[in-house]
Amino acid sequence: MNFWEHITTFFSAENYTLFVVSIGSGILCFAAGVVGTFTYLRKRALIGDVISHSVLPGVTIAFMLTGVKNPVYFLLGAISSGLLSIWIVDYVQAKSKLKPDTILALTLSVFFGVGIVLLTKIQHSGNAAQSGLDSFLFGKAASMGMLDVQLFSVIAVVNVLCIWFFLRGFSLVSFDENYAKGLGFNVSFLKSFLALITVVTVAIGVQAVGVVLMAALLITPAAGARFLTNSISRMLLYAGAFGFLSGVVGVVISYSGTGMPTGPWIVVVLSVFALLAILFGKKKGVLARMRLRNANNIKINNENVLKDVYKIAKDGKNTISINDLVDQEKYAIAKLKSILKRLENDNHLDQIRGLIILSDKGRLAAREVIRKHRLWEIYLSKYFQLDADHLHDDAEGIEHVITPEIEKELIRLLERPETDPHHSKIPY
Amino acid sequence: MSIPIIEAHNLTVVYGRKPALWNVDFKLPEKQVIGIMGPNGSGKSTLLKSIMGVVKPTSGFTRVYDQELEKVRHKVSYVPQRQEIDWDFPASVWDIVAMGRYQKRGLFKKLTSEDKDIVTDSLEKVNMLGYAKRQISQLSGGQQQRVFLARAIAQQGDLFLMDEPFAGVDIATEEMIISLIKDMKDAGKTLVIVHHDLHTAQSYFDHLVLLNTRLVACGPTSEVFTDQILTDTYGGRLTTIAKISQEMENKEFPMRHK
Repeated sequence: MNFWEHITTFFSAENYTLFVVSIGSGILCFAAGVVGTFTYLRKRALIGDVISHSVLPGVTIAFMLTGVKNPVYFLLGAISSGLLSIWIVDYVQAKSKLKPDTILALTLSVFFGVGIVLLTKIQHSGNAAQSGLDSFLFGKAASMGMLDVQLFSVIAVVNVLCIWFFLRGFSLVSFDENYAKGLGFNVSFLKSFLALITVVTVAIGVQAVGVVLMAALLITPAAGARFLTNSISRMLLYAGAFGFLSGVVGVVISYSGTGMPTGPWIVVVLSVFALLAILFGKKKGVLARMRLRNANNIKINNENVLKDVYKIAKDGKNTISINDLVDQEKYAIAKLKSILKRLENDNHLDQIRGLIILSDKGRLAAREVIRKHRLWEIYLSKYFQLDADHLHDDAEGIEHVITPEIEKELIRLLERPETDPHHSKIPY
Repeated sequence: MSIPIIEAHNLTVVYGRKPALWNVDFKLPEKQVIGIMGPNGSGKSTLLKSIMGVVKPTSGFTRVYDQELEKVRHKVSYVPQRQEIDWDFPASVWDIVAMGRYQKRGLFKKLTSEDKDIVTDSLEKVNMLGYAKRQISQLSGGQQQRVFLARAIAQQGDLFLMDEPFAGVDIATEEMIISLIKDMKDAGKTLVIVHHDLHTAQSYFDHLVLLNTRLVACGPTSEVFTDQILTDTYGGRLTTIAKISQEMENKEFPMRHK
């Protein structure tokens, strides 16, 4: 069966179970992405790891006390031990001199260690009901019961509604806790409430991807979303969308082959989304920055060549031979040709039979660069006491950076000087 | 002195075992520009934070307008230290200044067009209206400080507590802030400002609080800005206080034996 057939079967009524499981996982991951945005913004990424590992003893104790595999009991156990772990982290941090990373690592390993010990004990107890309990380690989204999925989805939706309702408070606390206190808001309530929502989300998310991968579900969507936007509400939206899509797609992929794990696939898909965001993010993305660097290089090359042409052609003429530029040995010939071609396309100059004719536009542009260069030299020598022979190199770089506004400011500051420190005239 | 606008009584704040403020007692007059000065780690920020209720005093108390802070909180605007904040937060300049209206509107009510007018005015006062839509991570230190000031102004309080507003800002911003402060004083506001530059203290402040964990002096600038008091605050014998604090922390001595 090919992939497309899978998709059609997937959404048909026969496959109702898988449909529900994938949508359910999507909702869980959506909730984790939204809630995790605040974990990320408060720089508590590691707390996510602590909570997810700390739910394990809660789950095992819940099973030992009740002897049945009931999701409600598991959830209560998970939430209690998750909350306990956060409380311990905060308490130890307030009362001891231990560094935060030490406290986080210790809490995580103690809780997880106890959880594993209890789990092993249960597995050797001979209780037939225990089989499958170890799925908490790596998750069991694909084999989740319908009731589980419905229960978890409802809780996830409630969580997200709480975030939406308390958006203002949570943002305020994440940005500037002291100011929030100064305004008289109940900051410890807001923080505890946020912690509760986080723990509940982790407790249900663990059912999908397991304790080991849960932190990824919390933090990765937010980390990716941060590259796409500078608005917190959009960041929440994107993080939620990343989560939902990864949940659905991860389940579909894992179902399309036999013996493929669900949780890890969800996390792999999520990481791909985040990676794409980091690469293609509009402002901070890697590609955007490469484009910016490239544009800067083009600008620098264009302006340098225009400047050279203008200088060689001076005395009122505007025509030079291309050999004059080549003779300077500043540029490789192929590169020079491509720069000239670009300048010709922009109407800065014309090229006819080895001659370069500067247009009025090119002339103005060249004078602008020279003006900025000389203004910067004056500024440096006036305010920083640099020797005259150090000025040129610095200005050679800065002339391309100076914006029209900064140029205006320089002219005002320097009172519209006539000549630069080397006695060359400033071309206004 | 008429009714003191801020009063500290036996104020003591201890972090762990280390005293940050120790039996501090003072009263501050209304409608003046008041400087809080002292060396690094002398408890200046802690003092503002305990007046604002951000830090709980270990013993003693502070009162504002001769009342509990809660009753007059709406009159007090707080400008936290700019450096304590991570400015790479997904928010625009406008979003941050709008926080100044949250006290009035609470956590859930929408901002009205009146609120938006106030935010606009506040941005204009600090010369940042042109930056309203700018992402805050792109601001310079001086611009960040202006945004924090605008946020405090948007609260429309009568008493302003500012934590190091002149730290790490450019000269243009410092001049702008100081002229804004003068205007606010003329409009009948009281300003309490944590400051560290001794050179400008005399020209900026009408009244000074000099701290070195304990209160060294509190009074009109002309009276307390003397060589003797400054030596007491910044150097010489009073650094013994730092040694004692360190000793208490290292050996876990209690402040009072119970």
